[in-house]
Parts: sequence; C-alpha cells; structure tokens
Amino acid sequence: MAFNYDEYLRTDKMPTLWCWGCGDGVILKAFIRAIDKLGIKKDDMCVVSGIGCSGRFSSYIDCNTVHTTHGRTVAYATGIKMANPDKHVFCIAGDGDGLAIGGNHTIHGCRRNIDINLILINNFIYGLTNSQTSPTTPQGMWTVTMKRGNIDPTFDACKLAEGAGASFIAREKVTEPRKLEKIFVEAFKHKGFSFIDVFSNCHINLGRKNKMGSAMENLDWIDQITVSKKKYDAMSEEERKGLFPTGVLKKDEEAREYTEMYEKVKEAWQNNTKVEL
Amino acid sequence: MSKREVISSGNDLAARAAVDAGCKFFGGYPITPSSEVMHTISDLLPKIGGACMQMEDEIAGICAAIGASMSGVRSMTATSGPGISLKAENIGLAFIAEVPLVIVNVMRGGPSTGLPTRVQQGDVLQAKNPTHGDVKSIVLCPGNLSECYTETVRAFNLADRFMQPVFVLLDETLGHMHAKAELPSLQEVEEGIKLRREFVGDPADYRPYDVPQDEPAILNPMFKGYRYHYTGLHHGPTGFPTEDAEVCDRLIKRLFNKVDAHTDEIESYEEYLLDDAEYLVIAYGSTSLAAREAVNRLREEGVKIGMFRPITLFPSPDKKMKELQERFGNKVYMAELNMGQYVEAFERATGMHRDEFVTHFKANGRPISPADMVAKIKEELL
Repeated sequence: MAFNYDEYLRTDKMPTLWCWGCGDGVILKAFIRAIDKLGIKKDDMCVVSGIGCSGRFSSYIDCNTVHTTHGRTVAYATGIKMANPDKHVFCIAGDGDGLAIGGNHTIHGCRRNIDINLILINNFIYGLTNSQTSPTTPQGMWTVTMKRGNIDPTFDACKLAEGAGASFIAREKVTEPRKLEKIFVEAFKHKGFSFIDVFSNCHINLGRKNKMGSAMENLDWIDQITVSKKKYDAMSEEERKGLFPTGVLKKDEEAREYTEMYEKVKEAWQNNTKVEL
Repeated sequence: MSKREVISSGNDLAARAAVDAGCKFFGGYPITPSSEVMHTISDLLPKIGGACMQMEDEIAGICAAIGASMSGVRSMTATSGPGISLKAENIGLAFIAEVPLVIVNVMRGGPSTGLPTRVQQGDVLQAKNPTHGDVKSIVLCPGNLSECYTETVRAFNLADRFMQPVFVLLDETLGHMHAKAELPSLQEVEEGIKLRREFVGDPADYRPYDVPQDEPAILNPMFKGYRYHYTGLHHGPTGFPTEDAEVCDRLIKRLFNKVDAHTDEIESYEEYLLDDAEYLVIAYGSTSLAAREAVNRLREEGVKIGMFRPITLFPSPDKKMKELQERFGNKVYMAELNMGQYVEAFERATGMHRDEFVTHFKANGRPISPADMVAKIKEELL
C-alpha cells in the first residue's frame, strides 16, 4: 500500500506555495516518512520555522506549529524545548534564515547541544525575495545584488555546526530522498542538537540566471558538487575543491544534552549542592 | 491575610513577583541596569522546576520566552532600553499572534548606549509603540518598591487576560533602590492568579482566533491534542495566514478593541492629597517618590497641593486626566525624566499644550530632587 502522507499533512492547505519542481516538497515528504517510521505522535512534536520559502514548511504539518520571525527558529524552539523537555522539537530554516540573520542562534543551539533538530534547507539563494546573495551562494554566480558574479566566500554550514559543537551533523540532498529519510530518522533519534544541511534546488531564483533554469539542471548541479563522505575522505585536498561531503558527518552519542544538564541544575538548587558535571 | 515585609530592591522584587505569579520560564541577556532580575530568577526558577536561560543575545532572550509562552507556560523577559530596541520585531509577533508575555524594562539613560548606569524615563513612548505596525500596548509603571512586586504580578494576570505582551517599566533608581517593602501574602497572590482561557471542546471545532471582536484569542497549551498554527503574518480565525482584506481588518481592529473595551480592568492610578488641593503635580515611577516628598514639604508650608500618579501609563487614563485638568486649569506641574514623553499623553487627553502649564524635564541621567521640584513649583506654579 502506498504511504499515506495525508495522515501528517494539513491537506486543506494544499497545494503548497512552493514552485513547481521545488525540492522543499521532497524534504517535507522525507520528514513525514521519518516521523512515521519513528512513531512520533503528532501531539508530541512541534515544528518551528522562520521566514522564506522554508518558513511555510510548518504550516503544512498537522502538529503544533510556529511560523516565527526571520532567523529566530532555534531561539523560539529553545524556549519550547526547555518548557517541554520530553517533546520533539524540529526547526526548519533556510540558508539565509539559519546562517545569515539567524546565524547566532544556530551557533548557540549547536553549542548548548540542546535536543532540537535543525533542518537547514540550503538552496544557495534568497528564493522568496527574488535572488539576493545568501551565505551559501557559490562565488561567481549571478545574484540580483551581485549581477557581475558573487564575490562573497561560500559558507560550509556543516563546518560551522561542527565548530560550534553540534553532536549530530549530516548533509544530504533532495536528489536522494531515501537517503534523506534515513538521515532524518538517525538525526531525530539522536539525543542532542542535530544539524542537517539539506541541499535543495531553486531553479527559479538561482537557476534561471545561472544556466540551470529547469529543476533537473539545478539538481544535476547539486549532484555535481556533492560526493559521499566515504569518497570525500579518500580524496586529496586538491580533489575536494568545490565539493561537499554528504551523509552523516558527525555523531557523538556521548555529548551531554542541554535539557538533561538543566535537570542537574534543578537538582543542585533543590539539594543545595553544586551541579554535577 | 497578613502582609509580608522584606528588604529588597526593585529588580529583585520583580523577579520574586514573577515566580510567585507562576512564571516558569525566563529568557534574557545581561544588560545594565536590569541584570539583577535575571540574577534572582536564575536562582529561583530551577528550584521550582522552571527554567531560566541566559541566551546568546537580546533577540534570543525574548524569542525563547515567547516560545515557552506559546507552549503554555507563564514566561518573562527583562532588559533595558537597548534590549527593547533589539527585541522590537519579536514583540510584534507576540502582539499579532497574541502570546502573553511580561516584559520588564529597567529604564536607563538613552538614546543608544546612553547612560547605562543612570536613570531615565526615556522609554515610555517606546513601551507604548514598541514595534512596527499598530499595536495597543499595556504599560505598567511601579512607583515604589512594593509596586515593583505587585505590578509585576498584575502584569502576568493582564498578559493572560488580554493575550499580549505587558510592559513593566522600572527605572534604574527603582531597580537598584534597596529598602523595606511591604508585599501581599503569597496566598493573596496565588488566589489572584487568573490564567489564560482554554478551549475544552472537540479539537475539530477549535478555532483559536475565532472570538468576539472585543476579546483575545484562546490559545491552548501545545501537545494536548489541539494542533494549531502560530504565525507573525496576518491570519484568519483558524490562525493560518491570509491576505483577505476583511479578515485582516477584523484582526487589527480586534487587537485594539480587546484592550479598549476593557480599560476598566487595566487602569490604575493614585491620587495623593487631591481632595482640597488647588495645585496639581503629575509624576510617575521613581520621579513620583521625589514628587511626593515635594508635595509634603509644600503642604508643611501651607500650600494646598496634591499629586496624581498614573500606575498604568498606557492605555492612559484620559478621562481622569481631562477631569483633573478641568478642575485645576493650568495650575499643573508635571515632572518626568525625559523630554516630555508622558506630557504628550496629557496633552492628547486634555487638549492643552505644554506651554500652558509647568513642565520639569530632565534627561541627563540624574533624578529630579524634591528640593528642585519645590523650587520650580514656587517659581513657576504658585
């Protein structure tokens, strides 16, 4: 029997606002399949999104959902999680959302290692607002604010997450929906901050002016700039240039999770002792 | 019920009041002169199973506090003027999505970094219009240490009643003043707690924003079977975004009406020695402490003078101010630690211009002393 996505969707909100061929729908489906596989109940989860095309993600899922301000998903989610440590909290952010205006919250969510899952939908451009340069826009590409070619260095979001201390880091792409689902399952099961950098296409506002105006051309480009972690690890520095490894890049089961640590703070205050580290 | 006597500061009392009023989450960021609110509440909340988060910046502080409140718990943030400026956008989200939140602003000298360790009442109009777009703010302004406690408690009840942010405006003087304060009993505080309403019917019938035009949204706690959507966009009765002109119109008008139709539940002021008075002093916050002393000194000299002290600054007590102005004419003296921010409210309520009565403004980080007030009143009012 075909998988019933409707069980998790607000079907009255369909069709989505996303463009035809947009990768966000693939991510939504992989997300739902992962939730289903893990048996997470709709009343035990909350989806928090920011501003941009990815911001609409929350409104399509039938659970408690929050469409916040630009960049602030992780900050809102932190309050929700701290007040409800036993619930599952998911953040959806775009590359501009999570790395530019909201970069600080991404850093500190990772650092605290709070049990929040941040899915960064990375389409390398500000899509909703029509093609401004994002922190992940490759150098040389046309953007509406860098029409002669972007000069800003490209951001590797996973390296940021690693430096900041996230205990689960992965990268996947919308051309691999099954792998994406598997990574989501692994990430959502992980206790701690899970950072998932998902490469997605925006053939409309990135592609059209960069010689990949169809979804397929944009997706082909994503395939060209990605390589599995296994292959990437075997490559020389020279070969790695311009490539991003996919798969689970870091998984630290020993790292201490923030809400569990805060329980120790509560105990310390209640027992008049110092916190046990 | 017996009162409690404590020796404490305004900042400390605001934190204690929050916890006594049932606050379970605090999100904040260090800033002078409000940091002591976080210092105290970071001790108290974990003790009772709540959480205090020192976040990575002012914006994260309020976002976390709003998030916790969205999930159903009483929540607070505290800061000073620069922090409010940074929080502004997300204060707007709490207004439009109707999320209750208590925001304590311990005012310091502004604008910009201004005078961090000194007093000003420069954020009065910022509290009235703290974000872009149209909002109807509720602003409480304690005038003594006891009220730092009682007004914070009241702020929590008003936030849940009207489902929106409520400001408690302390200032550096009150925040750091350390003295004896009389507080209501804990039992009295607990009996006065009125939590936000909850919808109890079939989740299929739940339409959180489908409420009468003079009432706030009914937003149930998360994770309890009522799966709805919060957004900062204009939204319809179910909470989902819309651009329908009529729906947007109804939303914004309701956000105003829910406050305007119930000002009797919000208004609060003190009239001090006004019965036989011929001259009127208007002051609020820490300035009213000096003004009270000035009134007392002038009374000792036989001057029939009294004070009107708004406690709820906004919605402003317009009818009361008009009534007072009609009684006292231009025999009015108004003092505040800014360039006349609340004088604007008085002008609007009375139709008078500030040149027609005596104003005493100071915005250099120093308080106005009772002696200064007495001198100015003698020189310009009597």
